[in-house]
Amino acid sequence: MNDTAKYILETESLTKEFKGFTAVDDVNLKVKRHDIHALIGPNGAGKTTVFNLLTKFLVPTRGTIKVNGTDITASKPAEISRMGVIRSFQISAVFPHMTARENVRVALQRKLGTSFHFWKPLSSLNVLNERADELLHMVGLERFTDSVVGDMPYGRKRALEIATTLALEPELMLLDEPTQGMGREDVERITQLIRKVSKDRTILMVEHNLGVVSTLCDRITVLQRGAILTEGNYDEVSSDPRVKEAYMGKAA
Amino acid sequence: MNTKVGYGIALALLLVAPFMIYPVFLMKLLCFALFACAFNLILGYGGLLSFGHAAFFGGAAYITGHVIKVWGLPTELGLLVGAGSAAALGYLIGMLAIRRQGIYFAMITLALAQMVYFIFISADFTGGENGLQGVPRGYALGIFDLQDNLTMYYFVLAVFVIGFLIIARAVYSPFGQILGAIRDNEDRATSLGYDVDRYKHLAFVLSAALAGLAGSTKTVVFQLASLTDVHWHTSGEVVLMTLLGGLGTIAGPAVGAGVIVTLQNYLASGPLGAWVPVVLGTIFVVCVLAFRRGIIGELHAMLKKSF
Repeated sequence: MNDTAKYILETESLTKEFKGFTAVDDVNLKVKRHDIHALIGPNGAGKTTVFNLLTKFLVPTRGTIKVNGTDITASKPAEISRMGVIRSFQISAVFPHMTARENVRVALQRKLGTSFHFWKPLSSLNVLNERADELLHMVGLERFTDSVVGDMPYGRKRALEIATTLALEPELMLLDEPTQGMGREDVERITQLIRKVSKDRTILMVEHNLGVVSTLCDRITVLQRGAILTEGNYDEVSSDPRVKEAYMGKAA
Repeated sequence: MNTKVGYGIALALLLVAPFMIYPVFLMKLLCFALFACAFNLILGYGGLLSFGHAAFFGGAAYITGHVIKVWGLPTELGLLVGAGSAAALGYLIGMLAIRRQGIYFAMITLALAQMVYFIFISADFTGGENGLQGVPRGYALGIFDLQDNLTMYYFVLAVFVIGFLIIARAVYSPFGQILGAIRDNEDRATSLGYDVDRYKHLAFVLSAALAGLAGSTKTVVFQLASLTDVHWHTSGEVVLMTLLGGLGTIAGPAVGAGVIVTLQNYLASGPLGAWVPVVLGTIFVVCVLAFRRGIIGELHAMLKKSF
């Protein structure tokens, strides 16, 4: 198998400098197709910066990014999204003034090709309701279909975010701390949900909760001060003394 | 359902209003109501504070005056040419401004609108300080003599209703849905694959076109296009109307325009004549401090609470 078929995402010497401070340093990341791949590391290791680079919300100082073998280093965020690479955000990314169904519909609507049609009634979007409700059901939000999202509990918002992302049928999902700030029950629910939706997809996630990482992820990349420290499966990574040191500081 | 009844009553009132109130005053009110509703499309629904909408309102006012008076175009066509040129101008200004955010967007639109103002001050066809005077009202559909104020009123009412319906439709359309999503969470809309700038740009052009339609109609009513129409005061006034009536509500800006135009009219003829700007300024401050949702916005909130 050649590299393009095996890896959905590859970066080469990816580097981001902010005024002399190197946030991401020469990162060569390869994400295997159909893997759940985690990006972990202590605070300030550059995980979110890597995410922002991958989705073009930041422009890299050096290096290239390839998705399915296509160089996307110069593409715009919305273009990446249309190539099937969809990201979530650290703070929940929903449209708070809309209902849950409308949130999902916004994602579904693009394929309809009527997003610029200002003369069509809103009811022309009703054809999407069935699919939207299906997706809401999938993430366990059927009770919230017509609730305004701003009032929903935090864990539910994150679930909605995943439903919205799924609506685009992404090939590669980038999840930025999907369980951050959640109670144990919600963490459990989201973990199961991610497992469920990872079928036939690739997921790259930033995650702090090592419990989640150990149960979900096929492969783990550890970042430290912007550079890759080590890579492997959970057992390999967790037994690596350098990883412990990065998290705990040098043992006395 | 309730809203439909509300709009029905409002329309009925507007239909009988000219028998009780001076029609020319009502026409002025309707023109500014349409202007404010158009402005609301970009401020309330697009989340962008344009400080240069007088360029579209006044620009279209001059163009319409010119094509009717000098080229002899029929009134309806004159209005369309005015709205069309405002749309074109909106496209150009939008191209330069739409990528900017917040205060920068406001400053760029203001600067470009000032350029438009100076073009109109120095161009030959505008009549400079005197304005473009003596624009004939013409005939509606070639039959109805618009020189008659009552006929003119119903013509203006028709233009207003059409404009209002276009705005209401745009807000509740697939496009409006995306616009709302962008206002709610721009980064998320981008990550879902939407080129947000293109949506804002379209909203800006629509807003400019309808603001132009309002300005064109005003020219026909008063048979005059003047520098006041393109002056930045007008850009400021429409912000005030929209905020007072209720930002991001369909009917709010029309109500706000009604209040402001009425106040201007009655205060100007009363003992407070010289104090109009002070009174309006005070209202603005009170509105921003105490009724941030505006008249219609506060009404909505009250209804929501009591049911």
